[in-house]
Amino acid sequence: MRHSSAGLNVVSLLAMLFLYGPIFVLVLYSFNAAHLSMAWRGATLKWYAALMHDEALLAATANSLLIAVVSTIGATCLGGLIALGMDRLPGRRQLLIEGTLVLPLVIPEVMMGVALMLFFVMLNMPLGLTTVILGHIVFNIPLVTIMLRTRLRKLDPALGEAAADLGASSWQVFRYVTLPLLRPALWGAILVAFTVSLDDFLVTFFTAGPGATTLPLKVYSMIKSGVTPEINALSALLLVLSMSCVGLALHLQRREV
Amino acid sequence: MPPRPLPSRFSSLPGWLAVPGLLWMSVFFLVPLGLVFAISFASRGTYGGIVWEFTPSNYLDLLHPLYGKILGQSMWYATVTTALCFVLGFPLAYVIARSPVRWQPLLLLLVMLPFWTNFLVRTYAWMILLRHDGLINRFLMALGVVDAPLELLYTPAAVVIGLVYGYLPFMVLPLYVAVERLDPLLVEAAWDLYASRWAVLTHVILPLTKPGIVGGCILVFIPSIGSFITPDLLGGARSMMIGNLIQHEYLVVRDWPLGSAVSFVLMAVVMTAVVLYYRSASRTDGPLEGR
Repeated sequence: MRHSSAGLNVVSLLAMLFLYGPIFVLVLYSFNAAHLSMAWRGATLKWYAALMHDEALLAATANSLLIAVVSTIGATCLGGLIALGMDRLPGRRQLLIEGTLVLPLVIPEVMMGVALMLFFVMLNMPLGLTTVILGHIVFNIPLVTIMLRTRLRKLDPALGEAAADLGASSWQVFRYVTLPLLRPALWGAILVAFTVSLDDFLVTFFTAGPGATTLPLKVYSMIKSGVTPEINALSALLLVLSMSCVGLALHLQRREV
Repeated sequence: MPPRPLPSRFSSLPGWLAVPGLLWMSVFFLVPLGLVFAISFASRGTYGGIVWEFTPSNYLDLLHPLYGKILGQSMWYATVTTALCFVLGFPLAYVIARSPVRWQPLLLLLVMLPFWTNFLVRTYAWMILLRHDGLINRFLMALGVVDAPLELLYTPAAVVIGLVYGYLPFMVLPLYVAVERLDPLLVEAAWDLYASRWAVLTHVILPLTKPGIVGGCILVFIPSIGSFITPDLLGGARSMMIGNLIQHEYLVVRDWPLGSAVSFVLMAVVMTAVVLYYRSASRTDGPLEGR
């Protein structure tokens, strides 16, 4: 543009710096040899090595992975079926379902956490891995449904109709036409659900009992008990993990044209 | 009537498939939410249990200045956060929308990527920067701007910085869609008619991107007002927000009825914002499309 101003570019650059600066500093300092001070004392991998020997941390990692895998499978099945089923319902009912699914995404997560905790406690269910998984499925279902639904609506109905005209049963239309076309979106949804579950703090915080510590809960308690270089290392690992999951998910989404 | 119904939409599968998932959402989401609502009208027993007797007293208790202060403070932090996100986000969205088309997806991805990483970790990164001996204080002292480290962490300013940092991407996306739709010729026309910089901004660009501005502001305001982690880690005891009050009532004081009432006040604020969002989106065929 003729009048694009340098001022705009400067502010944008500052905004980008603002977004990435803290992450960069965090990762950088996870390699800092100094124990307590922020002064740079040379690069080291010892904080990462220390993580490998932390039994509680390894247990938390195992919990996190178990919760993420199970809740992703559950939410993908349940949420995927909603996306496929609701397409055939009358418009008003679709709106109602959409509203119900948007609600968990907009209400404050702390509220979802306390509501689930209250529910489980009133049912006398002991808080633990099971309750965390049940809760994670709740916030992942809407994500999966919305991602698959967006993709479904972009597909050309003529493809399915052609298959039906050629004598395919509705199952065959799904198996040989819809599913292959949905596959990139499906993988995208799986990766996003997995990442969100892995990163979740609040719902887990309220629904996990003492025995179900996850990585974010562990990070939280480490932060609360004092800033140490190990947290930097663990944080850097979590950042890399979720960034690669999401990068992959977005890559898959992009390919589906 | 055709001999067999052709799929009118893409999915060829029956509607009842949606039932298990919807049942799950009802049992584990709508019912718990209803439970919170019901408990907000009950009262707390002597030993922390719940006495099921209808009373509006929890909501009346919230009129106490102490709670009023926390509610007002949360509104204030969320408002300042929204304003700062706009000031930072608008130029960024503008530059992205006016950059070469093949760069745009990558730039948007760069804006969104931090959002998809662990929120707790990103907030913690600010603790390293803002600490007493943190990077910012060391930097300022090295430059000789200050003699002694500033108290940056555990202040309202730290909370607002953390919130802006967390939710800036929500502002940029709707603004990007709005600016992208803005016809550059209209801006050119204003320049040709000798409009000043300020006039172009206030009479052309801002009015034409208003749907995106409203959308972005609401999308930032909603998570800001309900935040818990940011004030918990970056704020001190005095910069508590509604989310912290809820957690405090539930887990520390164990006054569930009062905690539930606070939750519903928060929910009412959030739902008002959501309704406003959908109204502004439906009037202008939606900045949601860009998400």
